[in-house]
Amino acid sequence: MAYEIVVLTNMAISILFALSLNVITGFCGQVSLGHAAFLGIGAYTSAILSKAGVPLVVTFIPAMGMAALVGLVVGVASLRVRHDFLAITTMGVVFLFTGIVRKQDILGGEIGIAGIPAPEFGRIGLLVTALLCVLAYLLFVIRIRKSWAGFAFDSIAEDEDTARLLGIHVPRFKLFAFLVGTAGAGLAGALYAHQIRFIGPDSFGFVESISVLAMVIIGGIGSIWGVILSAALLSALPQFFQIIDDFKLLVYGLLLFGAMRFAPDGIDGLLKRLFRRAGGTR
Amino acid sequence: MTPARLSVNDVSVRFGGLMALEGVGLEVGDNQLLGFIGPNGAGKTTLMRVIMGIVQPVSGQVMLDGQDISKLNSVQRIHAGVALGQQIVKPLRAMSLLDNVALAFGGSKLLSPLRALSVRSRATEREAARAILSDVGLGAVTDKLPNEVPLGYLKRLEVARALALGPRLLLLDEPLAGLSKPEAGEMADLIAGLPRPGLSVVLIEHNLPQVLRVCPHLYVQANGRGLAFGPTDDVMAMPAVRKAYLGGEG
Repeated sequence: MAYEIVVLTNMAISILFALSLNVITGFCGQVSLGHAAFLGIGAYTSAILSKAGVPLVVTFIPAMGMAALVGLVVGVASLRVRHDFLAITTMGVVFLFTGIVRKQDILGGEIGIAGIPAPEFGRIGLLVTALLCVLAYLLFVIRIRKSWAGFAFDSIAEDEDTARLLGIHVPRFKLFAFLVGTAGAGLAGALYAHQIRFIGPDSFGFVESISVLAMVIIGGIGSIWGVILSAALLSALPQFFQIIDDFKLLVYGLLLFGAMRFAPDGIDGLLKRLFRRAGGTR
Repeated sequence: MTPARLSVNDVSVRFGGLMALEGVGLEVGDNQLLGFIGPNGAGKTTLMRVIMGIVQPVSGQVMLDGQDISKLNSVQRIHAGVALGQQIVKPLRAMSLLDNVALAFGGSKLLSPLRALSVRSRATEREAARAILSDVGLGAVTDKLPNEVPLGYLKRLEVARALALGPRLLLLDEPLAGLSKPEAGEMADLIAGLPRPGLSVVLIEHNLPQVLRVCPHLYVQANGRGLAFGPTDDVMAMPAVRKAYLGGEG
């Protein structure tokens, strides 16, 4: 039972992390190859505060705040660059983050931070907390999707110049996406730090950034339910099947290739097509 | 005296070593349709982009109803009452024609993400969008995606979207380009019916017969300089215009 709780908690954290990237890349169309840096900022902030005696739930706020603050800075940089230039800029963020962390003794340097206190409410409590965080974030992103903010994001994701000519203040909406997305990653990081109870720079590198991007692409860029399904599957499978864990990058790579080649709109698009076909043959 | 709807004063634009516009000026009154013509390379689109705030002039001033809008960016100008229908149609292809127009009705919601987040309903905007689409002759295809309709419809969508912004000044950049002769005629008729008290239209166009047919006033530009401005018949009678624009003998 304890193992299942760990798996479910990891799954919830992955879903939260993937949903947060989906706001930036899926909703607003801003490709980010450095999202793990914000997971790391949340994890380090929460871990340090937690070790100083601050209750886990209280650390959520500064974890989200720090991630969002750095996210805003990256967001401001993103206003000047687009497409592949933005991808490279955000990739630089994750290398910058791990590079800085490795050299800071206060952050544990190369070794990282060990001995992060166990959550005061136990493993099941952490699972419930993670699920509540996912639920709260999910409700918020659904609100975005259904509101005029989602409507404006749709136009920015498709064509920024046209969005401007329709009177949309594109920079403000982009910054909003970065703020919400990086805050969500910070929250996921806080949960992650207390789930693993050890964090190091290697946990928040380029590979992790690509892994979460793979979850978003395989789920269907911009699709809330597709991304949840994809993040749940991709985070759980390696924990149940050792071979997938051993060849995780290979599996992710193949799935990414397969998604781009055969289902560019991901699981979401695939399921919609299947339902449409099933509906059509009735 | 009522100030002109649009007043462009002594605008110059430089692209590197090239002077794209040199001291150009024009005025558009209320409820007016101004045809804006000139040979290729005359700087017509550049002047449109200056009026929209997309290109910054090295000198000169753009006034809307007597207010200097030169310092405003393009989004601020749109909210101040200037709209542009682009030459190359750029519909949002993932949205229906209806939503393409409804989005433009967003007003202040499009300026603030928090305000946008607080509003879910699109019913009012869709209702207004349906009316405008019907006005431009797209009432029967409001729920279609842009990929499902021909270019002529997309040109009308571009006009509908610009109108949805509630402009006082509508700039249309070659709305007849790429249309067949009958389609161009219908589109020109549609444009001729747009001006009303509170709305003026500037039509940049290469299709001279249609411009001459529907525009009571003309502004002619050549090589980045204003050549003539006034009632259509008077302008077209000017030897300099015939020479520069039509290659006539002058």
